[in-house]
Amino acid sequence: MVDEIDEYTIDDDFEKPKRAKAPFIKYLREDRLPHIFCPGCGNGTIINTFFKGMEEANIDFENVAMVSGIGCSSRIPGYIKCDSLHTTHGRALSFATGLKVSNPDLDVVVFTGDGDCASIGGNHLIHAARRNINLTVICINNNIYGMTGGQISPTSPKGSYGSTAPYGNRDKPFHLAELVAAAGATYVARWTTVQVESAAKSIEKGLKNKGFSFIEIVSQCPTYFGRKNKMKTPVKMMDHIKNSTIYINNTKLMSEHELADKIVVGEFVDKSAPEFTDNLQELSKENYGDKTLRRSAFLKNFDENKE
Amino acid sequence: MVEKLFIQGNEACALGAIKAGCRFFAGYPITPSTEVAENLARLLPKYGGSFVQMEDEISSMGAVIGASWGGSKAMTATSGPGISLMQENLGYAFMTETPLVIVNVQRGSPSTGQPTMASQSDMMQVRWGSHGDYEPIALSPSSVQEYFDFTIKAFNLSEKYRVPVFLMTEESIGHMREKISIPKSVDLVARKEPTMSPDEFLPFKNRKNATNPMPAFGDGYKVHVSGLTHNEIGYPDTNNPKTHAVLVKRLCNKILKNREKITSVKSEFTDDADVVVVCYGAPVRSVTTAVKEAREEGIKAGYLKINTPWPFPDDDVKAVCESAKDIIVPEMNLGQMVHEVERVFAGDAEVHLLSKIGGELPKPSEVLNAIKSVGGN
Repeated sequence: MVDEIDEYTIDDDFEKPKRAKAPFIKYLREDRLPHIFCPGCGNGTIINTFFKGMEEANIDFENVAMVSGIGCSSRIPGYIKCDSLHTTHGRALSFATGLKVSNPDLDVVVFTGDGDCASIGGNHLIHAARRNINLTVICINNNIYGMTGGQISPTSPKGSYGSTAPYGNRDKPFHLAELVAAAGATYVARWTTVQVESAAKSIEKGLKNKGFSFIEIVSQCPTYFGRKNKMKTPVKMMDHIKNSTIYINNTKLMSEHELADKIVVGEFVDKSAPEFTDNLQELSKENYGDKTLRRSAFLKNFDENKE
Repeated sequence: MVEKLFIQGNEACALGAIKAGCRFFAGYPITPSTEVAENLARLLPKYGGSFVQMEDEISSMGAVIGASWGGSKAMTATSGPGISLMQENLGYAFMTETPLVIVNVQRGSPSTGQPTMASQSDMMQVRWGSHGDYEPIALSPSSVQEYFDFTIKAFNLSEKYRVPVFLMTEESIGHMREKISIPKSVDLVARKEPTMSPDEFLPFKNRKNATNPMPAFGDGYKVHVSGLTHNEIGYPDTNNPKTHAVLVKRLCNKILKNREKITSVKSEFTDDADVVVVCYGAPVRSVTTAVKEAREEGIKAGYLKINTPWPFPDDDVKAVCESAKDIIVPEMNLGQMVHEVERVFAGDAEVHLLSKIGGELPKPSEVLNAIKSVGGN
């Protein structure tokens, strides 16, 4: 028998192990954490990659505005401490077009996904690229609809499984980088969550490019794509991505058949062409004598003589 | 000095938009509204504004919302089929309290219907077309002058209440040419900027029946704007029943509790009227003639013209028509606003629909016959 039990006391001097702070946490809305992304999701890697590219491009974060549609990738701007429009499914690029035209001085970044920009938003994607409007689009392509529970998307590989393709996907997938390049974008690259350094470099170049920049990042969705396609762990998914990757310069002599299961990475377009809001500014200078009027909603009087 | 012009309705709308400070237009060609876009494509670059022809009406509405958050007074113009496509992003504009103006030059419908003929068939579409509970503002001009005046009014209401405002006209007014006066200066409502620091500012604050200030993107307020149910900061809070109820009720109440300030009607000969014609838009033109003719024949008839179909001016309609035994509602559809009139009277007066579809306005003689047939004899 024990007469007396020592009281359990908390040692005040005990130092909690310090968690290393992420270098880019200063750009995040910490009051919104924890985020909703699944363990192993590529979104975190891509957020870090974006900020690395942004800093390398010397972009003033105070000048960044983000626009997104609907889906897992489109939730990213909600965690970033900047002005952000979280819009309707597929329509992010149309909102971004209005925002950029209204205030061309903003650095407008669009986060989107394969379902958002290539399926429901396909028309807006090709037209934004055709206009060569100065937007930087980060398209996180995870080949699946994650937010709604694992349905196949327009980029799901042939034969892959999804909740709406229980017998395997029989459709041919879209190749987004090639599609946007054909539509007229002036900077187009595709990388994966495995090649973060290259992806950051492309984001840097995309932000610097005065025109429509499209950076597709093939990412892993272990929760839905992986689980339904015998790659349950993030590591297995990333291994698969890594092993499927082929650099664009090495594809020249390969047939379509040989490339069917490959992820072609690299820069697809890097050129210059007249930009949409620049053209509008020129038009304004010719007809109005100045650049376009900013913040018209806040004005009470308009200079009537200035026609 | 007042400028006198003889112009088309849709052109008057474009001039009104410039006068109201609209400096952004995004749209897609559609009959019978296209002249609004064409005129603004010509005018906007002269006034430091931007015109963008988008790939469809869905993106037109998206671009207008984006431009509004960029700090521009923004509008689009379309007709029934285009409104159908805009409904998705219109719901987003209501949810995020984005000021903008949508011109709807109504044509015969459903579907592609009669592109070059007039109708009033979208009155309920703009009231209920997007999913969910919300309260729109809609203005209905009945002359080219009113089309100009109401365009300015639409922008002012939109900025004051941070809400999309519909300008509901018909092909007939859109394409009609009339003499109008353009005043030298007009009263404009500027968007209210926040005065507090970004740390203190709540862009979606639960203020009772009042509208929150709205910063532009790039002003340093770092607003998160989401169509998801959001809290006062703007952060999604979708599984909280209270957040949703508070938000949606506030969005509706800021319009409904200010109904008297928003609504406007005009009436004549209603003091002793047995029959009152309750009308809006183009048919008003026939009604005024018909009512005068009825009076000349000794029939106690009057009319009430509704300038603001939404929010419906319940009290004004009820007050003006108090003595009436019969109410006639002429509409260029198979009966839409008549349901609102019936709701207001709830059996206190006999409400008759005078419906005409096919693209022609009801004639004064048809309205006069209706007045006579309901007991004016």
